[in-house]
Amino acid sequence: MIEIKDLHKSYKMGKNSLHVLKGINFSVQEGELVSIMGSSGSGKSTLLNILGMLDEADEGSYTLDGVPIKNLNEKLAAQYRNKFLGFIFQSFNLINYKSALDNVALPLYYQGVKRSERMERSMAYLEKVGLADWATHKPNELSGGQKQRVAIARALASDPKVLLADELTGALDSKTSYEIMDLIQQINDEGRTILVVTHEEDIAHMTKRIVNLKDGVIIDDKKVTQVRAIQNV
Amino acid sequence: MFSLERWQEVFETISKNKLRTFLTGVSVASGIFILVILLGVSVGFQNGIESQFQNDAENIIEIYPGLTSIDYKGFNEGRRIQLKNDDYDLAKKGSETKIEFASPMYQIFAGLISYKNESGSYRVEGVQPDYQFLEKADIIEGRFLNTNDLENKEKYAVIGNRAKKDLFGSQSPIGKYIKISGLNFKVVGVFTDPGGDREETRVYVPISTAQIVFGAGTDIRSMGFTLPKESDYDQALKQSSAFAARIENLLKTKLIIDPRDESALRINNNIENTKEIYLLISAMRLFFWAVGIATLLAGIIGVSNIMLIIVKERTKEIGIRKALGAEPLSIVGMILHESIFVTTVSGLFGLIFGLVLLEVVGPFIELDFIKNPSVNFSIAVSTLILLIAAGAIAGFFPAWRGARIKPIDALRDE
Repeated sequence: MIEIKDLHKSYKMGKNSLHVLKGINFSVQEGELVSIMGSSGSGKSTLLNILGMLDEADEGSYTLDGVPIKNLNEKLAAQYRNKFLGFIFQSFNLINYKSALDNVALPLYYQGVKRSERMERSMAYLEKVGLADWATHKPNELSGGQKQRVAIARALASDPKVLLADELTGALDSKTSYEIMDLIQQINDEGRTILVVTHEEDIAHMTKRIVNLKDGVIIDDKKVTQVRAIQNV
Repeated sequence: MFSLERWQEVFETISKNKLRTFLTGVSVASGIFILVILLGVSVGFQNGIESQFQNDAENIIEIYPGLTSIDYKGFNEGRRIQLKNDDYDLAKKGSETKIEFASPMYQIFAGLISYKNESGSYRVEGVQPDYQFLEKADIIEGRFLNTNDLENKEKYAVIGNRAKKDLFGSQSPIGKYIKISGLNFKVVGVFTDPGGDREETRVYVPISTAQIVFGAGTDIRSMGFTLPKESDYDQALKQSSAFAARIENLLKTKLIIDPRDESALRINNNIENTKEIYLLISAMRLFFWAVGIATLLAGIIGVSNIMLIIVKERTKEIGIRKALGAEPLSIVGMILHESIFVTTVSGLFGLIFGLVLLEVVGPFIELDFIKNPSVNFSIAVSTLILLIAAGAIAGFFPAWRGARIKPIDALRDE
């Protein structure tokens, strides 16, 4: 599903250049649930941004579902993001003035889906994350866990190939975090490929594979026995 | 731009950001409103000044006879010159196309006029129909004299508003008969004159009738002409002087007057006295243009500012939308669509409110220097269009910049 070869990325900070990713080789098969771990500054978020086409690599190749991702213009990048990827952010990134339902429907709007169908499909995803009763509520009327569920429903709405989650439990307490991870595991059980960036050991062990990043290189990449989140709730 | 889906999205955004929409709308609406009022007041000022300074047509050329002051071709000095109908015809001849209005005039200064028990002494002037425009008389009831009255030597009279009040009080004089020097004249109209009471005590009758009634033969007392208006003072003065000189020359030859004689024929070219008014009006026009343009500029800057703030405020939202698959053009389209919609609707509100206010309140404003403020509708509409276009152009750059921001940077924006 994802194929990365010899990926480099550096940032210019005035005169100094900060080499963040120093040759990453990495691949993900369909249906995997992978966590990328590392301390802050290890380059894990940069890697995720490049995978999410929110940022560009300096060197190396990136293939997503057989499509080479390179030299994208803004328009093409937007189309690919819409088609291939679903994002889940630490800070939820919901649009404040839109209801939960409208937030979920937004990716479908950009796919050109008609309004009535958009609403119907969005409602189905809200039901899936258990928030059907909250469809008309604005984000500021929802708890952190509920917001993240809305964000997950939104990420699923465009039926993407891969879900990318950046510290999705970072702003949540332990109990809520496990509930969210339970949802992520259920979605993965249905065959969806998911990448999770985290620095929390317990969250990482709820995935099926842990990739450890340090100073811009992968130091460890191993399959683990998945801990079901539901046991911890 | 016209897809239904986009409209739904725009309406949703507008209805859920009421305060922002309201503030944008108020600033655009008030800008247009102020501009409309300003334009209206400027027109009012112009009307006021024109009516203050101009009792008679500002470009009238009047010719009065006098006494000769120089011996000429066997005639002694001190000879009284008498103008006749054919002198008027001669003056007019060959210049018909250049002349706007023209009329000879024969008057008696103290005509006794009576209606029933009321009577008074008024100036009676025998004139031609054009005289109305030379004097700037406005008909408020009935009509002015016409060519038929002149040709048929009708005993019709058009009386000034002061004379009407004296003789008729509050009743309508139209169709009633007044006695002028013992003869019955039918009143066909009442006029007002910016000259006020002094000029509103006059009574106009057809000159052909007056010459018979007052036993004047073909005598006339004076003649007046106007030329079409010129917006440039120097041009107007030049044409007017040439015209006056030509008439003077013709008449002096016919009446055997020394060309150097200045008292035999007095030519009063009113335009020479109106230079200040011309200058004042053109200076004021310039002033209001400058103020108007400055206001418009302020409006445009205001709209651009609001656009900038809106885009800034929506940076994060733009990032989210881009992460979800919004193309840059769709971001630009969304912001412009919303802003053009809001500016158009609120601009129309301001325009209509301003126009209605001028229309309703305007006619009641009777200050010395402001009269009947009003605004040219097409100017107001084109201002609105200009403001909307400027808002769109000014909004395009922030919107475009907003759309170019990398989603990763936009998402970091807090």
